[in-house]
Amino acid sequence: MTENPTDPNRTEPILSLRGVSKNFGAVSALTDIDLDIHPGEIVALVGDNGAGKSTLVKILAGVHQPTSGTIHFQGRPVTMNEPADALRLGIATVFQDLALCENLDVVANIFLGQEKNAWHLDEVAMEVRSWELLNELAARIPSVREPIASLSGGQRQTVAIARSLLLEPKIIMLDEPTAALGVAQTAEVLNLVERVRDKGLGVVMISHNMEDVRAVADRIVVLRLGRNNGVFTPDASNEELVGAITGAVDNAVSRRASRLSSSGVGEGARP
Amino acid sequence: MSIQQKSGNPTMQTPQLDRADTRVRHAEGIGGSVGAFLDRVRSGDLGSLPVIIGLIVIWTVFTSLNPIFLSPNNLVNLLFDCSTVGVISLGIVCVLMLGEIDLSVGSMSGVGSALIGVLWVNMGVPLPIAVGGALALGATIGAAYALLRTHLGMPSFVSTLAGLLALLGLQLYMLGSTGSINLPYGSSIVDFGQLMIMPAWLSHTLALLPGLTLLVMGLRTRAKRQAANLSSSSVNGLLFRAAVATGGFELAVFYLNQGRGVPWMFGLFVLLVVVMNYAFVRTKWGRSMKAVGGNAEAARRSGINVTRIYLSAFMLCSFFASLGGVLSAARLASASQQAGTGDVNLNAIAAAVIGGTSLFGGRGSAWSALLGIIVIQSIANGLTLLNLSSSLRYMITGAVLAIAVIVDSLARQSRVSHGRA
Repeated sequence: MTENPTDPNRTEPILSLRGVSKNFGAVSALTDIDLDIHPGEIVALVGDNGAGKSTLVKILAGVHQPTSGTIHFQGRPVTMNEPADALRLGIATVFQDLALCENLDVVANIFLGQEKNAWHLDEVAMEVRSWELLNELAARIPSVREPIASLSGGQRQTVAIARSLLLEPKIIMLDEPTAALGVAQTAEVLNLVERVRDKGLGVVMISHNMEDVRAVADRIVVLRLGRNNGVFTPDASNEELVGAITGAVDNAVSRRASRLSSSGVGEGARP
Repeated sequence: MSIQQKSGNPTMQTPQLDRADTRVRHAEGIGGSVGAFLDRVRSGDLGSLPVIIGLIVIWTVFTSLNPIFLSPNNLVNLLFDCSTVGVISLGIVCVLMLGEIDLSVGSMSGVGSALIGVLWVNMGVPLPIAVGGALALGATIGAAYALLRTHLGMPSFVSTLAGLLALLGLQLYMLGSTGSINLPYGSSIVDFGQLMIMPAWLSHTLALLPGLTLLVMGLRTRAKRQAANLSSSSVNGLLFRAAVATGGFELAVFYLNQGRGVPWMFGLFVLLVVVMNYAFVRTKWGRSMKAVGGNAEAARRSGINVTRIYLSAFMLCSFFASLGGVLSAARLASASQQAGTGDVNLNAIAAAVIGGTSLFGGRGSAWSALLGIIVIQSIANGLTLLNLSSSLRYMITGAVLAIAVIVDSLARQSRVSHGRA
């Protein structure tokens, strides 16, 4: 257990799932999921549509409750009945469907549920902190006093990420963080993800973009049809990953690749 | 960029935190403020504008038809009448903020007034305890609505419609066969509802408060924002607004004092509005209310206890409805079977909507209860002065409510298309 303490995989995991299952009526969205998140590592969660990635994230965020299985946080068994429980433990989540209040302004959204000075809101301090968080992200938000409804998709993503950092969490979960972002913002978010990791936090990132995943992840956990389907390192080949995601070596991606190579147009050799 | 480095130095060498992005237009000076205001209105962010325009139209029409309408004593009467339904409307603002509705506020106010009659007049319970009992019953019934909504998923539209009938039955049951209980003239509560007027010096002093508060709070916020390297409003603009507010209120109070003066009951109503406005704007509870009204799931994921927010809103609504019932018993010096029936329900809801609180949730202000009820009562009062029957009054009030909802709905569509939802 302690043969190499510098290896993140050998330290005590912050978050550890054993045998977690989730049923929605007759549908088993997740079956027997095991997952460990160590401090200072980025775990990428990949899988096809419907593999259960978002369900898993929602369980860890306290939105859904697992049907069975145990969750240990810093060695203690925990149950999270509502999102507030997860936040209190130090698990921050950026949801795919951002979960912002469109009628409130940026400051109100960043501080939602965490307002400074409950009986006399400290708007100035909240606005300053909002700008700090947004500047850390090198964000381009025109005004923090405009309602969220006036922002673009990428700007909303930035606000959602800034909000998750507010509480200085121990684990931050990002569900498709770069899906709606431009090139520069994607790079910024990936930089930020690494900065968060270097601060010793655990990061869980869901992404469909294998390039992003390889760029930052320390471990790649593959889900398939609600089950664990292998753990990979970032240097695993694309074929291996796609095979684990789709569940077959012979799949649409490999067939396309072999068709391209057999017709003489190799990968990356297109005009 | 450090935030301390620029404190006390408002020159523009480094951009202020919130003015770094050059793509955004910022309103500068009074001309800029007017331009920004026009932009907001054009995109559907109407605020109190429709109600103020409506009020001007209504008052002009009624004054031209019967000059007595604008006489000081008639306006004093108007303020007395506003206070009772206005308090109920303040509760409606709370539930509308969540995108919910309470259709039983009329019956609830009837139960509140009946309880005063039964407990205080018939059973001899001390008045404060009787009032406390009525308010507690209101809060309890509100809690029941909230639990039905949050735990059984019963739409508030249905649960409060059921409550409307059930509470009306309770009111009739409590009043028994006589059907009405008179409150004794000369008692403190009836004096409060019919006679008690602020001394002129006090009303003039109180009229100074809004302007002073505006100025003092504005200057404090300005100093804090400058220290934090944020943009801040100009002192001239602040002085201008404070002067306009002070002038307006002093003039109104002066005019009312030409007649009987400012009723204490209206003072209580305004105090409640100010307290609720503070709660909505400056507390975590108010922020949570708006968040739940805007996107309940997002609010839940942010760790807001949505159940508790629903509970507080429905409890406040029924509480204010019961208080409105107590005030109307005081105003009429009786608790009768008619209390809270007829148009009380719709007037209270219409006032909140006309004042600018959205039926769709997430947008609203305590002031909308005050502004809206003045519109509604002006119509009722003006039509009564013209000797028109209540049939016409109902039709006209109904039309005004319909117009208010149409304006709300159109403004909402416009806000969505201008990205201001």
